[in-house]
This record gives sequence, C-alpha cells and structure tokens, in this order.
Amino acid sequence: MSETDAPLLLAEGLTKYYGRQLGCREVSFALYEGEVLAVVGESGSGKTTLLQLLSTQLAPSAGRVRYRLRDGVTRDLAELSEAERRFLFRTDWGYVHQDAALGLRMNVSAGANVGERLMAVGWRHYGRIRGTATQWLDRVEIDPERIDDPPLTYSGGMRQRLQIARNLVTQPRLVFMDEPTGGLDVSVQARLLDLLRGLVTELGLAAVIVTHDLAVARLLSHRIMVMKGGEVIEHGLTDQVLDDPREPYSQLLVSSILPA
Amino acid sequence: MDPLQLTGVAKSFTMHLQGGIRLPVVAGVAFSVGAGECVALAGPSGAGKSSVLKMIFGNYRCDTGQILVRHEGEPIDVARADARAILKLRRTTIGYVSQFLRAVPRIAAIDVVAEPLVAAGVGREAARARAGDLLARLNVRERLWELPPATFSGGEQQRVNIARGFLPALPILLLDEPTASLDAANRAGVMDLITEKKKCGTAIASIVHDDDVRARTADRVIDITRFSAQGTA
Repeated sequence: MSETDAPLLLAEGLTKYYGRQLGCREVSFALYEGEVLAVVGESGSGKTTLLQLLSTQLAPSAGRVRYRLRDGVTRDLAELSEAERRFLFRTDWGYVHQDAALGLRMNVSAGANVGERLMAVGWRHYGRIRGTATQWLDRVEIDPERIDDPPLTYSGGMRQRLQIARNLVTQPRLVFMDEPTGGLDVSVQARLLDLLRGLVTELGLAAVIVTHDLAVARLLSHRIMVMKGGEVIEHGLTDQVLDDPREPYSQLLVSSILPA
Repeated sequence: MDPLQLTGVAKSFTMHLQGGIRLPVVAGVAFSVGAGECVALAGPSGAGKSSVLKMIFGNYRCDTGQILVRHEGEPIDVARADARAILKLRRTTIGYVSQFLRAVPRIAAIDVVAEPLVAAGVGREAARARAGDLLARLNVRERLWELPPATFSGGEQQRVNIARGFLPALPILLLDEPTASLDAANRAGVMDLITEKKKCGTAIASIVHDDDVRARTADRVIDITRFSAQGTA
C-alpha cells in the first residue's frame, strides 16, 4: 500500500454523550488526502459535536480518532501530548468557525492575524511574514491596502475570507469548517464558496465541512454524510446521495430545497 | 472484456415521502458497448434511459446486477464501487454529458470546460488552450469564454457542456440528449465529434431522440422498453 493510499483521518465508533443526552453515536469513516467530506443535517443532529470530536476539542465517550502525521505515522489523537496536539492545530490543521470572531483576533491588524500563525511555526523575519500575509490577503480577495486594519472594521464576508487566509497560510493538510457560509448574504456566499472551491482543489486540501446547506455540500464536497438524531443515516458520493437519496430523512432534506 | 458491460441491472425508486410507494424503473438490463462503438438507448420518455446512464456514471445507485467498466485494464463494478473508486473512474475512464449544464457561479465558461483536464493533471494554461479550441469548433463566441455560462442561451450552455464532456480523452462516454437544443449546423458539429471519438476507440452509450442524428451516429440501437420493470412491483 503506497503512502497516499492510507487515510489521513480515521474516525472509529465515535460516540459522545452529554450526561444522558446523546451528542452523536457510532460514527466511523475514513478521510483521504485531497478529499472533502460534507456533514449535513438539521440543528441538533450532532454534526458540530462530531466536528469537535474529530478536532479533539471534545473528548469522546467511546471510539477514537486517528490521524496520519507528516512523518507518515498514524497516531491515536487521544494519545498525543497536549503540546503535540497544539502543534498539530497550529500547523497541519485549520479550523474555520461560522462566527469569524471566534477564529480571529478582532482588535489586531489583519496582517498580524495571518502572521501570528506563521510565527507560531517559527517564522521570525518581519519582512517575510508581512510579504506572505500580503500575498494571502490578495489570494482571498482582500485589498492588501487593508492589511493594517483590524477585522473589527471588516464586513462579514471579508472577515470570513480573512479567517480562511489565517488558516491556510501554514499550508495545512486538513481543514475543519463549521458552517463557513452561514449568516452571509447570498452573493457574498457565492464568492466565498467559489474561493474555497478553488483553494481546496489547488492546495489538495482534505476538509470536513459541517453545513445545513445542501448547495454548499454539492459544490464543495466529494462525499456526504447525512446525520439525524446523532447518527449517520446515509453516507456516500455527494451527487449520488443528493440525486438518489435512499433514506426517508435524506429524501425529506433534498425535497425541501426551494428551486432558485 | 468490452469497455462497458451491464448484466441483470435493476433500478427502482422508493418514495418515502409519498407513503413508501415503490416505482420500478428497469430490471434485467443487459448490454455491452465495445471500443469504438456507439450504442443508442431508445424508448419513450420515462422508460428509464437516463436512469441507466446515471447508474453507469454512479450518479444513481443500482439495486441489483453488475455494471462492469474496464478501468486501466481491470474490470470494476460500478454497482458496488465505493465513492473514491467512482470519483477515480470519472477522472480517468467515464465521461458524461448531461442534458443540462450545472453551472457554478462565477466560473468562466472556458474554465468550466478545462476543469476535467486540470483535475486529470494537465497544466491550467494548456488545458484552457485546448478548451478554447473546442469551444471555437462548437461555435461558442470567443467573447463569451471568460463569462460564467449561467446567463448563456440554452444552446450555448449545451455546447459548453458538450465541450466539457468531449475534451478529455476518456475510454467511455455517456451522452444524454447532447443535441437536443442545438440548431442544424451545431448538430452536425456534434455528430462529427462523436464520429471522431469512435475512431479513437471510445465506447459511447447515447440517448438521442433525433432520428437523423441517431441513424448517423449509432452502430446499434437498444430498446430500453425490453427491460421494463413495470408490473414487477
């Protein structure tokens, strides 16, 4: 088996209870390099719990998550030291929050928001950090003239694009996204989606995207998991699940979309 | 083996929102398509022609039967392949021209056409150059190339769609009404493209309502009503 044939991320029987309340139950899947997985379902279906379990922000009640590190060794994330986990988060992973304020420092400049991730991986040269930050602002379609302004002065769409630049600047291999287009105007959404789509293909990123928007899933993902009541009820090729949904709930989701 | 071979393929839809009513579409579908051959699927609207093409492409699931596709010399059963295997088949083995273009906002027509080549590893500029050549051949005006096709006319969108499907040299090509919204001159252009593909050894399965187009492109016609599943529910 060649190296690229091994999964990047492996979820095995992931289960989470909040006391007696079920978060999600028995979720298993493998994610490969360059693959985008969409997790869809209504509020309360367990999709955000799953994302937090995968990204080790929550500890599972049962099951485990394994990840293939850059050295090619696949490790159980629960066995990493806190320092190792933090390093993973700063370098190899990105996390795009629905609320940009959670993923950005709102009062420091855009340039520093992007540069901070580079400094965390050891960059020290101010000119190079600023140069790379400028390139990334340009890449996410933010006028580099705005590099010294804090995101507090940015529009919603710009904040979200800045968050993406901040996450991708360290060239992660895996990005988690929680409703990345939620709360944005439709035209702003289209621009963001188009940008994400281009970056994901260009950089060969693997991603897990939580969304309740099936159009987002269709546009960005290769595979889709439909969740309901904490369980995965259908999982497969995105266009197959959306065009030929098998489960009653998936059929309901697909048929509930208003044609534009 | 032939590039494409179906045996015992059946498809039905269960409509859970309509009280679980089951709609049988086809059963016992069996045919194969050889290299350089064009097989036309015929039958009235609703007979299941498009469903068969969609199953071959992995877009619809197949209830029973086998859909064997020759992929890099080895047979792969699309009916049982996982998502990754199907995505790989689509990059390297099976092309599909649907009836309608699913346009992505903000992507220029020329990039829509070039995308499958880029995904297969061709450099972006080289892929765009080849995409431009094919768009020109299909009479899509050059000033449209850099615009997203969402606002194009039906015929223009269809030609962008055809260019996207015909550009990569894949061994199997599925065509669902490729000439439906085209005028006579453009129809002739598409027939030429089909003939060229056959000469290159491409195995083609097509749905064509136009008798003239069918007569001039198809080597064989398969009547899909032979595989009707009505009455088996």
